[in-house]
Parts: sequence; C-alpha cells; structure tokens
Amino acid sequence: MSENKTSNIRSVIAASSVGTMIEWYDFYIFGSLATLISTKFFPQDNPTAAFLSTLATFAAGFVVRPFGALFFGRLGDLIGRKYTFMMTLLLMGGATFLIGCVPSYESIGFMAPLIVLVLRLLQGLALGGEYGGAATYVAEHSPDGQRGYWTSWIQTTATLGLFISLIVIMVTKKSMSPEDFNNYGWRIPFWISILMVGISYVIRRKMSESPLFKKAKEEGKTSTNPLKESFGNRYNFKFVLLALLGATMGQGVVWYTGHYYAMNFMKTDCKIDGFQVEEIMTYAFLFGTPLFVFFGWLSDKIGRKPIMLAGMLIAVLSYFPIYKSIYGTTSNKNRTEIVEKSTSAVTMAPDKKNPMDSVRTTKTHKEFTDGAVFNETKDEVILSDKSKTAPKPKVTAATKIPDNNFWWLVLLVFFQVVFVTMVYGPIAAFLVEMFPTKIRYTSMSLPYHIGNGVFGGLMPAVAAYLTTTAKGTGPTPTNPDWYLQGIWYPIIIASVCFVIGLIFLNNRDREIHD
Amino acid sequence: MNSIKKISGIVWLALGLYAGYFSITSIGLPKFTSGMAGNQSDLVFGIIVLFILTPIIVGSLITFGYYALSGDYNE
Repeated sequence: MSENKTSNIRSVIAASSVGTMIEWYDFYIFGSLATLISTKFFPQDNPTAAFLSTLATFAAGFVVRPFGALFFGRLGDLIGRKYTFMMTLLLMGGATFLIGCVPSYESIGFMAPLIVLVLRLLQGLALGGEYGGAATYVAEHSPDGQRGYWTSWIQTTATLGLFISLIVIMVTKKSMSPEDFNNYGWRIPFWISILMVGISYVIRRKMSESPLFKKAKEEGKTSTNPLKESFGNRYNFKFVLLALLGATMGQGVVWYTGHYYAMNFMKTDCKIDGFQVEEIMTYAFLFGTPLFVFFGWLSDKIGRKPIMLAGMLIAVLSYFPIYKSIYGTTSNKNRTEIVEKSTSAVTMAPDKKNPMDSVRTTKTHKEFTDGAVFNETKDEVILSDKSKTAPKPKVTAATKIPDNNFWWLVLLVFFQVVFVTMVYGPIAAFLVEMFPTKIRYTSMSLPYHIGNGVFGGLMPAVAAYLTTTAKGTGPTPTNPDWYLQGIWYPIIIASVCFVIGLIFLNNRDREIHD
Repeated sequence: MNSIKKISGIVWLALGLYAGYFSITSIGLPKFTSGMAGNQSDLVFGIIVLFILTPIIVGSLITFGYYALSGDYNE
C-alpha cells in the first residue's frame, strides 16, 4: 500500500475510533457506576431491588440497541455512513450529559428513574447506530487482505471506552472525599462526556464519505428500502440469522462475562474493595487490549472463523475453573485472622427519616495474616413501635486483598480479556464481509446489536439473578456453589453458538466490493 | 457437510421449541407471576425472559432450523 493510502486509512481509523470509543465510554459509565446510581435514582428500602432495577435500566439500554441499529442502519444505507454516525455521536453525548444532571429520587421522586430510563434508551439507540457505521466506514476504506487488521482498531474501542470510564471514575474518586463523590462527584464522568463528544464531532466533520458507498450512490446502486432488502429477502435474512446464531451471540456473552460480569462478581459476590476491583480491571484491559489488533491481523492470515470459534471454546471450558479460583482466592474463610487486631464497635443514633426510631451501627474490622483487611458496616433500624417489622439491616462489606491475590486476579481477568479479543477482534471484518454494500450498514448492525447488546448486555442482569437465587436469603446459601450459577448463562449460549459456527460458517468469503 | 447442515436443522428446530417451552413454563411465567405478587427482582427477571430473550431465541432458532433443513445454507 502506498504511503499516501496508509496515511489516509490511519486518519480514517483515528477519526472513527475516537468517536466510537467516546460512545462506548458514555454507554459504560452508567454500568461502571451501577451500584452507586441505584442508590440515587431508585427506592432505597431494598438494596437488592435497587441494584436489579439499575441493571434493568442498564439492560434497557442494551435491549433498545437493535432498534437503533434498524433506524440508523437504514439511514446509513440511504444517506451515507458519515452523516449517520455524526448524528449518533451527538445523540449519545447529549443523553449522557443529561443523565449527569438528573436530580435524585429523594428530590423529584419517581420522575428521576423515569427520566434516567428515557435517557438510557436514547443512549442505546445512539450506540445501535454508531458501531455498524464505524465498522462499515473503516472496512470500506481498508484494502483487501488487511481488513481484519484495520477494523480491529474499531474493535479496541469498546474495551478502551470501558477502560477510560474506569480511569475517569478512579481519578474523580481520588480527587475528592468519598462523601463528596457520593453526593455529586459521580456526576462528573457524565459531564466530561460533552467535552469529548465536542472534540470528536469537530474531527469527524472533516471526514469524507466511504468510497464504496460514494461509488454505489454515483452508480445509482444504493438501496431504496434497506430494511426490506435485508430482512424481507430470504437470501440476505439467512445470513443475518447465521451472523447472530453462529457468531455475535457467543461473542456478546464472552465480551460481557470478561468485562462486566468479572467486575460485578468481584464487587458483589466476592466483596472485594471497589477501588481495587477497578484497578484489577484496568490492568487486565491495559495488558489485553493490544491483542484485539493482533487477532484482527491474524484473521487476515488464517481466517476469521478459527480464531472466533477457538475463543468461544476456550472461554466455555475455562469459566468454571477461573471463577472458582477468583472466589477461592478472595474468600476470607481461607485466611487466618489476627484476632488481637480485630475490632468491633457499636454506636446508636436517631434515624434521619424517623427520629422516633434509632439506628444501631456496628463497625467490624478484621485483619488477616496474609495482609487482607476486612471492613463491615451494618446499619439496623430499631423501631420505636415494636409491633412493626423492622427493615432488613443494611450491610456494606469489603475486603482489601493483599498484593499476591491482586495480581493473581489481574491474571485471571486478563485470561478472560484474551478470550474477548479472540472473539471480538475479527468480528467487524467478518460481519462486513457477509453483506453487500447497499444494505451493509443495516444488515450487519442488527445481528451485532442483538448478539452483543441483548444476549451479551443482559448477561450481568441474568447472572446476578441466577446467583442471588442460588444463594437464597438465609444465613447459609441454598446452593453451596451459588457463586458459580451465573456463568451457566454464557456457557450455554457460547456453546450453542460454537456448534452453529463450526458447522455453518465458511472461512472464505472476503469480498466486499459488491 | 451439506447433509450435516440439513440434519442439524432438525436439532435447531427442536432446540427452539424446547427452549421456548422451558423458558416460558419453567422460568418466565413462574417468575412473572411471583413478580406480580410483589417480588420486584422476580418481575424484572420474568420480563427479561418472557418478553425479550424467549422471542429472540425461539424465533431465530426455529427460522434458522427451517432454513437449514430446506438446504438454504448448502454450498
């Protein structure tokens, strides 16, 4: 490739990737702050319900993504790739900024979760239109034989978006007291988005339209009804189904297991200190992200299919040992307590909501021989009216793990990020190559967003539910392996996807000039 | 390979039907019912299973199975 062409494709990648990364950042801040957001916008009486409601709102953003894919995909195939993903960028930036401005449930009641839900839906719609546009745009600029490599840069953006969201949250947390972060600091990552979107908008405005789309338009070969041609035509629809069942469905669950479920699992089930969990994820992403490009490049040499399917298979076989090890490493039952350093203090104070009642706070501090430190705060409401039933005590517990455990967890999460890079690195090129130019944006966006958004995006919510149910509400878990029940969901979905992919995908179709 | 693709069509059709039956009767409806009775987390889960995952899984597997059985994926 000539130097001029290489420099052109580099600027295309840079402009597309920065915008897509910002959209992922916007989309994932919500998930990264899910636990805190649940306390701001949802009823406080039941923390589990609040958390699940947040996950549901988080999930709503995913469920609506296929609709964004249809709406913006159609536009992209009608009016062009460039203008469509400019629109999605502005929609996403505006919605994210406004989430940071919504007053809490305590201030405006049920309007708060309602507004958040609507904004979250807008975010999902925008993302549904963005990814397909960016992947198509880059692929249509890429030379034959290098499409996997160049589109893999777009594939890094989801992980980088999550990575940057964690960094911004960590820096914001570090720069203020926990109380300030809890009161208003959590809004800052949402507000920052508007600046990033502004910069990206300026960069993208200078980009030209995709050469393949431009050529198709000049020759009058664009589609007049992309939705009908994509999904009403049996020949194309069978590929849409194959893309979903043989590739994106498995990719989606592997992605969300390695990124979100790993994080939720360590915070919620293993009760590791939240800041440490964010650090673990950050290191794993940092070491793992270059592999997207490596596997994208490799897919140009040996094909997309073997890499994606190998990633799925290894993930299916490894999840149980990995999650067993994460739980075992972090369980305080496997540690020796230094009894003389352990403390427990009880204080009583009037209840802020009802001063006639009081709150008994028990703070427990434990230290262990390996350096781990456990802190627990238990707030119990003591009712003045003894005939009423007191609400369930609110317990916040976290263990700060020692260095050797920390790095072992980084390694275990890194393994999962490697699986993600194998299934996700080549998939943009794979999808783009499946469909013709005139309906490419629409056709590839839908299976991607159902697979990644619906099957993958619902993964944390479904897994959290399965785990909570298996644990039960009593002091002893109903199922001794309760913490492993959540991963059945990605294992089953990825296994079915692997078998379908193995039988039905072919490793040869690399043509996109049609 | 073409005959494997065709025969596997029956598997995908059957899997689609079984997945629909199982997710509606064993998960979706019971959770939705207990959710309507006041258990918020069951309600969320019931809605996700009944109205989002089940239609997508059943619809796509059955159509895919039918296409495979009809030889649409043959080379």
